[in-house]
Amino acid sequence: MMLSAHDLFAILPELLVIFAACAVLALDPITPAAKKDGLAWLSLGTMAICMGLTAARFGSPTTAFGGLVVIDNYSCFWKLLLYFVTGLTILLSLPYLKEERIYFGEYYGFVLLALSGMMVMVSGADLLTIYLGTELMSISLYIMAGLKRADAKSLEASVKYFVLGAFSSGILLYGISLLYGSAGSTQLPAIAAAIAGRSPDDSLLLIATILIAVGFSFKLAVVPFHMWTPDVYQGAPTSVTAFMAVASKAASFGAFMRVFVEGLGGMRANWSLMFLLLCMGTLILGNIVALVQTNVKRMLAYSSIAHAGYALIGVVAAGRLAPTEAASAISSVMLYIALYAFMTFGAFAIIALLRKGGLEGDEIEDFSGLAKRHPFAALLMLVFMVSLAGIPPTAGFIGKFYVFMSAVHAGLTWLAVLALVFAAISAYFYLRLVMVMYMREPEAGTALLPRFVSSPALSIVLACAIAGVVFFGLYPDPIVNLATQATLTLK
Amino acid sequence: MTIPITYYLVLSAIVFLTGLVGVLIRRNIIAILLSVELMLNATNINFVAFSEHLRDLGGQVFVFFALTVAAAEVAVGLAIIIALHRAKDTIDVEQFTLLKW
Repeated sequence: MMLSAHDLFAILPELLVIFAACAVLALDPITPAAKKDGLAWLSLGTMAICMGLTAARFGSPTTAFGGLVVIDNYSCFWKLLLYFVTGLTILLSLPYLKEERIYFGEYYGFVLLALSGMMVMVSGADLLTIYLGTELMSISLYIMAGLKRADAKSLEASVKYFVLGAFSSGILLYGISLLYGSAGSTQLPAIAAAIAGRSPDDSLLLIATILIAVGFSFKLAVVPFHMWTPDVYQGAPTSVTAFMAVASKAASFGAFMRVFVEGLGGMRANWSLMFLLLCMGTLILGNIVALVQTNVKRMLAYSSIAHAGYALIGVVAAGRLAPTEAASAISSVMLYIALYAFMTFGAFAIIALLRKGGLEGDEIEDFSGLAKRHPFAALLMLVFMVSLAGIPPTAGFIGKFYVFMSAVHAGLTWLAVLALVFAAISAYFYLRLVMVMYMREPEAGTALLPRFVSSPALSIVLACAIAGVVFFGLYPDPIVNLATQATLTLK
Repeated sequence: MTIPITYYLVLSAIVFLTGLVGVLIRRNIIAILLSVELMLNATNINFVAFSEHLRDLGGQVFVFFALTVAAAEVAVGLAIIIALHRAKDTIDVEQFTLLKW
């Protein structure tokens, strides 16, 4: 197969991101310590260019490399979200890394490499590209989780993430190999054609489907494959945690839905039942265990597990609906993850901002009296918590509304009711944090620390997150339309 | 005489399960890493066997990529383990208890 200009042009954003990552790695040793911020601005500029390139592609789908890569609206939607989140991560890292005394220029290189992996994941139309993208993302994230090298907690998080990540990749790859044997190809359209009309009891196909689902469940942090999440989210540097909780989850959902809808659509009776069970377990355990957490990062980790459960409702509904209607269920998942990105990133940004002068600032106790110490940060955190709990008129409510509606359309009203009950339970732990911020007195010693929002970069991050949460909560049409145009169709 | 495909599948299933059980019960992190490698190699047996069976080269191409990824993964994994060993003087996973539910 010869490389053509068309192929290279199709993956231009990926090439740019990888080139920028290499440039950051190469420039890092020759950049004086005082000018390391320049590497961040270089990465940020790349994000802006890629955003323009990908936005221009929206609406003109094409495939490249003989079907290994597909650039359609679906992949453009995820990529736009990923650029946005990566841009926020870089901005958040600028002040945060100084606070943590992590002076690695490579950090931005890893962020960009992880991003390139995520981009390959969401535009891969072949199990080979999807697997490679997943690994590129995961390997970069293993390193990033352990970047606080002086902190044993960070290293421990890194090792746990690595072991369970490699384990899950092994399971995913074994599933892919069995699927290859069963369908005779690794290309998703060819798999869909090969398994069309197969008996759902085809044991090889069934085992392959289960193993691939398990592999992805680890990446999505779905119960019972979520064990690594709280440990890793708590131990990793907060900027990395925010990146993992939002970007890696979005990319995993992107690849996961493409594999199951475009490739394994013929098995949807089986997988929708499987995901129904996973989804119920995730909703129940994620929300219940979050109730007893004392560390905010850990609580948000369980919250992110629970949110994966809410998003899975849409996937279950897509498997149950008629092919013509499944598209709306898939777009509800995309919408959910996009809105979840704003509120979760905002919440982690507040935690990053509380890290001051060696104080960790991620225990619930550290938030006591925040409203007195920094009313503005407390107000923002209040909005993010209200949105995570799904209370109108915030973005979190819109996301839940569309996902629950797709469940009702699919005849799963009881599931929507169950999810609603657990959303009400989740309000307890989100609002408990608000209560601590507003009702308790500041602890002695932590009182009246210097100004919190000490950097313009952090202000931009918080402004973007809060604008997304409030704007899309009040006027969701733009993002709903975007998700509707970008959805996958079940064949 | 050709060897039936099922023989390969049984072999790879045995290797895969050995690795899977190894990850779950071993306590030395190097042994866990070895077990993960067993799982990945079981996959490679599958790909090559299916590739031969289906007369399709795609499976063999996949093996090359899987090998490369496994090598990259081990390189990063060992580096993380060395960093942890320096910090904690142990590679027994039972001792990694700073983060707990």
